[in-house]
Amino acid sequence: MPTDAVQYKYKEGDLLRSAPNKFDVGDLRSEEMIINLGPQHPSTHGVLRLEVLLDGEIVKEVVPHIGYLHRCFEKHAENMPYNQVIPFVDRLDYVASMNNEHAYAMGVERMLGIEHQIPKRVEYVRVLVAELNRIASHFIAIGTYGMDIGAFTPFFWLMRDREHILRLLEWASGARLLYNYIWIGGLFYDLPVGFEERCRDFLGYIKPKLQELETVLIENKIFIDRTAKVGVLPLDLAINCGVTGPMLRGSGLRFDLRKVDGYSVYKELDFDVPIGEGKMGAVGDCWDRTYVRMLEIHESIKIISQCLDRLTGDLKRTKDFDPQALIPKKIRPKAQDFYVRAEIPKGELGFFFRSDGKSDVAFRCKCRSCSFVNLSVLPEIAKGILIADLIAIIGSIDVVMGEVDR
Amino acid sequence: MSTFDQILSLVKSSCTHGDCIVDENATPKAISIERGDLISVMNILLNDPIAYFDMLSCVTGVDNGPEAKTIDIVYNLYSIPFDHHLMIKVTLPRDKPEVQSVCSIWRTANWHEREIFDLFGVHFLNHPDLRRILLPADWEGHPLRKDYKHQDYYRNVKVEY
Repeated sequence: MPTDAVQYKYKEGDLLRSAPNKFDVGDLRSEEMIINLGPQHPSTHGVLRLEVLLDGEIVKEVVPHIGYLHRCFEKHAENMPYNQVIPFVDRLDYVASMNNEHAYAMGVERMLGIEHQIPKRVEYVRVLVAELNRIASHFIAIGTYGMDIGAFTPFFWLMRDREHILRLLEWASGARLLYNYIWIGGLFYDLPVGFEERCRDFLGYIKPKLQELETVLIENKIFIDRTAKVGVLPLDLAINCGVTGPMLRGSGLRFDLRKVDGYSVYKELDFDVPIGEGKMGAVGDCWDRTYVRMLEIHESIKIISQCLDRLTGDLKRTKDFDPQALIPKKIRPKAQDFYVRAEIPKGELGFFFRSDGKSDVAFRCKCRSCSFVNLSVLPEIAKGILIADLIAIIGSIDVVMGEVDR
Repeated sequence: MSTFDQILSLVKSSCTHGDCIVDENATPKAISIERGDLISVMNILLNDPIAYFDMLSCVTGVDNGPEAKTIDIVYNLYSIPFDHHLMIKVTLPRDKPEVQSVCSIWRTANWHEREIFDLFGVHFLNHPDLRRILLPADWEGHPLRKDYKHQDYYRNVKVEY
């Protein structure tokens, strides 16, 4: 087909047939109207479309329409061997790929029963890169959130600082965002020589910057006015809606899978789980959620520096260390159903596997994505608010559409 | 008596339509129940002080293929205060997959069930808003069924790439 040919002829009403509105204009009362927000709108963080039923400026109902970025992850995962799925897993939550890989690799290793044989150095490197990526993801969350509600400068500062992390991870894996670094049973490569020192330099660099960020954004009067007491998510509703991650902790529950499950080497590391305390208004408001993310960055820095201590101490690199030594040649778990979960920056990422024991392709691989579940709470907390606050709430949920739509 | 045995006897006591079978191969341990018992079992699992599964982590649909003629729905439950895990499985016939929705018990089930409806064509009875969620509303078929064949054209655009 020539490239200038029209590939798709638009007809009146086509859009509404593929993604019809839930509300019918004919049924509205005279003061109500439907506003369509997205899918191409900068404040929706990707291709999220919201159908908003408004009465003047008051939101009466929000209906999220998702699926614009559906990439058939689960169908792909049913059609290729376990190790080849990892690049697809990267693309779920594409700003925190290391954390996704960590969860997935851990699940398959547990199914194979080799999770206790993984060398300590490999586990520490995994936690190190995952926590670096967690900081990068929280930078995006806080930076774009600030920009959503009018603070432009912190976004640039955070993007600048995030770039340092991405360069470190690029040095280790060869890619800026989608790493394919953590493999089932090991790693792609060991850390490059000099990585630990560079990483320690970075920690020294980032600490004063975080202080700066706190002053300019988190404690900013305008930011507090826009976010405090907005989008309050009560704890019982949060649990009933399956919300996890900083959103659940913002609502005041000290629940972090890194602590609860103590998977990988997290139980050997010393860190706290920050929760929202309602310092600026109500527990579980948008400010609390952002503040929890801010505090989590500090905890991640603590974890990273402990990992670096071990990686330059008793787990120092040796010449004959091969991070690929344990990678199984044939990945064929016995027939079973398996659910694994791990804490990624947005919440609980779960994988459900069914293996038939006869092939090295999963019979079924389901991804329980945290952004998907966290987003489903939006209609519940967005009733009776102003439309400007709706934007503030979407930002504070921190959705990544790659993970919502899969 | 271990906690799992206590939970198992709890599930057994609220099963009236059929037997419940323990699947030892699953992690966490799984109990298969009849679909008619789903609501009463789930209610007691949420409300009983021994179980108190306050979080529904995940709902998964699994198509066992045209030979087996069944679709499994797998519920992964988690209890935050007790740190218990449990898997509940329901098997549905493939030609008439219908099961009660658990939306009234855990609101998070709403979108999970919509996704299963979208990708497997399972109908959840008493669901408040059962529409497709990931695919366009005028898409044909349910892609995660094992015998799924995609349509040739969608709006004059070739689907095969």
